[in-house]
Amino acid sequence: MAKTIAPGTPRLPWSTRLDKFQRRYAPYIFISPFFLLFAVFGLFPIVFSLYLSLQAWNPVQGLGTMRYIGLENYVWLMDDPWFWRSITNTLWIAIASGVPQHVLAIPLAFALSRGIRRFRHPLTAAYFLPYITSAVAVSLVFLTIFGTQFGILNQTLQYLATAPWSAWLFGGLADALPINWLGRAPNIKPAISILVVWQYFGFNVVLYAAGLATIPKDYYEAAEIDGANGRQAFFNITLPLLRPMIFFAVSLTIIGNLQLFDQPFILTDGTGGSSQAGMTVVMYLYRTGFNWLEMGTAAAIAWLLVLLIGVLTMIHFRFFGRSGLETRD
Amino acid sequence: MRASAKNDARVVAEHGLGARIGRALVYLLLVALALLTLFPFYWMFVLATHLQTDIFSAPPPMWFGEALQRNYDALLARLPFLRNIWNSFYIAGLATAFTMFFASLAGFAFAMYQFRFKNVLFGTVVASLMVPPVLGIIPYYLIIQWLGWIDTPRAIWFPAMASAFGIFLMRQYIASSMPRDLMDAGRIDGASEFRIYWSIALPIVRPGLATLGLVTFIGQWNNFLVPLVVLSSRENFTVPVALRTMQGLIQTDWGAVLIGTSLAVLPLLIIFMLASRQVIEGLVAGSVKG
Repeated sequence: MAKTIAPGTPRLPWSTRLDKFQRRYAPYIFISPFFLLFAVFGLFPIVFSLYLSLQAWNPVQGLGTMRYIGLENYVWLMDDPWFWRSITNTLWIAIASGVPQHVLAIPLAFALSRGIRRFRHPLTAAYFLPYITSAVAVSLVFLTIFGTQFGILNQTLQYLATAPWSAWLFGGLADALPINWLGRAPNIKPAISILVVWQYFGFNVVLYAAGLATIPKDYYEAAEIDGANGRQAFFNITLPLLRPMIFFAVSLTIIGNLQLFDQPFILTDGTGGSSQAGMTVVMYLYRTGFNWLEMGTAAAIAWLLVLLIGVLTMIHFRFFGRSGLETRD
Repeated sequence: MRASAKNDARVVAEHGLGARIGRALVYLLLVALALLTLFPFYWMFVLATHLQTDIFSAPPPMWFGEALQRNYDALLARLPFLRNIWNSFYIAGLATAFTMFFASLAGFAFAMYQFRFKNVLFGTVVASLMVPPVLGIIPYYLIIQWLGWIDTPRAIWFPAMASAFGIFLMRQYIASSMPRDLMDAGRIDGASEFRIYWSIALPIVRPGLATLGLVTFIGQWNNFLVPLVVLSSRENFTVPVALRTMQGLIQTDWGAVLIGTSLAVLPLLIIFMLASRQVIEGLVAGSVKG
C-alpha cells in the first residue's frame, strides 16, 4: 500500500514512483498468475503435443530416444482398426446418449416452468444431482445396477415382462432376459449411454429452463386467448423460441460426449470391454499413452480427436447455427 | 344471453377441472422421474449396509441392512480410505482457494481496467476455454515428471490454480456489480490498486466468488483422469482413483465398494443440500456465458 507522504520529505519521489508503478502495472500483475500457469500447464502442453505427435517415443527410454517420424503416427492410426472402432464407439455413444438427453429435457423444462407452480426447485435439484456427483462413484453404482443375474435393472425388467399388468408392453423382452449388459459386446454401448443420459439430462433441463425463462409470458397469454392448448403452445411458441438454447445445449453435448472417459472406463474395467465395444477415443488415447507407452501415437490421437470435435461443431454451426447466432444476445 | 352465460360457466368449470387433473398428472410424472433419478443414490446407500450374499439375491434388498460396520472395515482393510478422503479434501481445497483468489484478481483486472493488449489477453482466456482438456494430457504428464511431482498432490492442485472459467465468471460478476466510481473513490482515499481489489471489490462479489468456489471444489473432488495419470501409490490416491482400484479384483466386495462411493458422494450431497441454487446457477451460468 502506498501512502502519500506530505511534501517536503526526501522520500517523496521514491514513493510517488512506486505508487505510479503499481497503478500503471496493476492489471498486468493481477492477470500474470493465470498467464504464467497457463503458459506452463496449458499452452506449452498443446504445442508440445503437436510436436510429440510427429515423434516415435517410449518415455521409459528417456527423452533422448525421441525420433522424428513425420506424419507416420497419423498414417498408422488411419490404418488402425482399434482407432476406428474407438471413433465409431464414441460417435455411437454420443448420439445414443445425446439425443435422449434433449428429447427428455425440453418437455421436462417446459412442464417445470409452465405446468406446475410449486416444488419447481426441489424437482430441478433432483434431476440435477447426478450431474455434480463423481462419475467414478456413480459408474461403480451402475455396475451393480447392470448386474446380469442380480442387478436391479434386469430384475425390474424380469418383473415387468411377467407381471400381468405390464406383460403386454414388456412381454417381448422375456426371451432376451437376463441381459448381459456389460459382458456382451452389443450391450455395452447401450449400457454406457443409459448411464450418461441419467447423469447429464438434468443439466440440460436447467439450461432449457433458463432458456424458457426468457420467453415473455404475454406470448402464452395471447395464445391462450386465441384458444391454443398446451401442446400447441409448446410446438408453436416454446420450441421455435427455444432454438438458440437448443443449439447451444447441443453444442455442449457434442463437445462433452466426444470426450467421454470416466463412465466407459469404469463400466468396462479399464479394458474397453469385450471386442473393445465400449472403448471411447479418450480411453484409447489413455491406453496408448499410459498402458502401452506410445506417447507420440497418443498425442496424435489427441489431435485427431480435437479435429473431430472441431469438424462436428462446425457442421453443427453451419446447419443449425444461423438462427441460433442471430438471436443470441 | 342466459344460455351463453351458463355455457361460459361450464367452460370455465371444465377448464378448471381439466387443468387441475392435467396439473396433477404433470406433478405425478415429474415426481416419478425425480424418484427414478434419485434411486441409484438410495440404492447405493442401501447396498452399502448389506453383505455380499444379500446384494446378490432376488428380490434384492430394498431397505437398510446391518453390515455397515463390516463393509466399512472391509474397505479400510483394502485401502487407506481415510487418507484418500483427506487427499481429496486437501487437493480440492487448495485448488479452490487459489482459484478463487487468482480468478477474482484477474477478473477484477479485466473488468475494471483499460490496458494495452487487454482484448488479446482476454481473448486468450476465452479461447483456452474451448480447448478440450484432454489435448495436453500427455505433455502435462511429462512436465509433471520433469518437475519430479509424480505421485504428489501438487501435481494436481498447482496447475488447477489457473482457471479460465473462473476468470470469465468473475469478470462478468465484477463488471455487472461493481460501479467504476468506487475505483476512483478508493484511489482518492489513497488505497493501492491491490487494496481496492481486496477491500472494495472482493466484498462486493462475495456471492459470485462463493459460487466459483463451490463449482471448483466439486470439479476437483470428482476429477479422475488427471489423478489417475499422475498418482501411483495408494497412500496418495484421491477418492475416485482409490475407488477404481477396488474394481476388477477377482471377488469385488461390493458392500465395501459402495460404502466407498457413498463416502465419495456424501460431501457433494451436503454441499448440494446447503447451496443447490448456487451450485446449479454457477455451473449453468458458467457454461451459458462461456
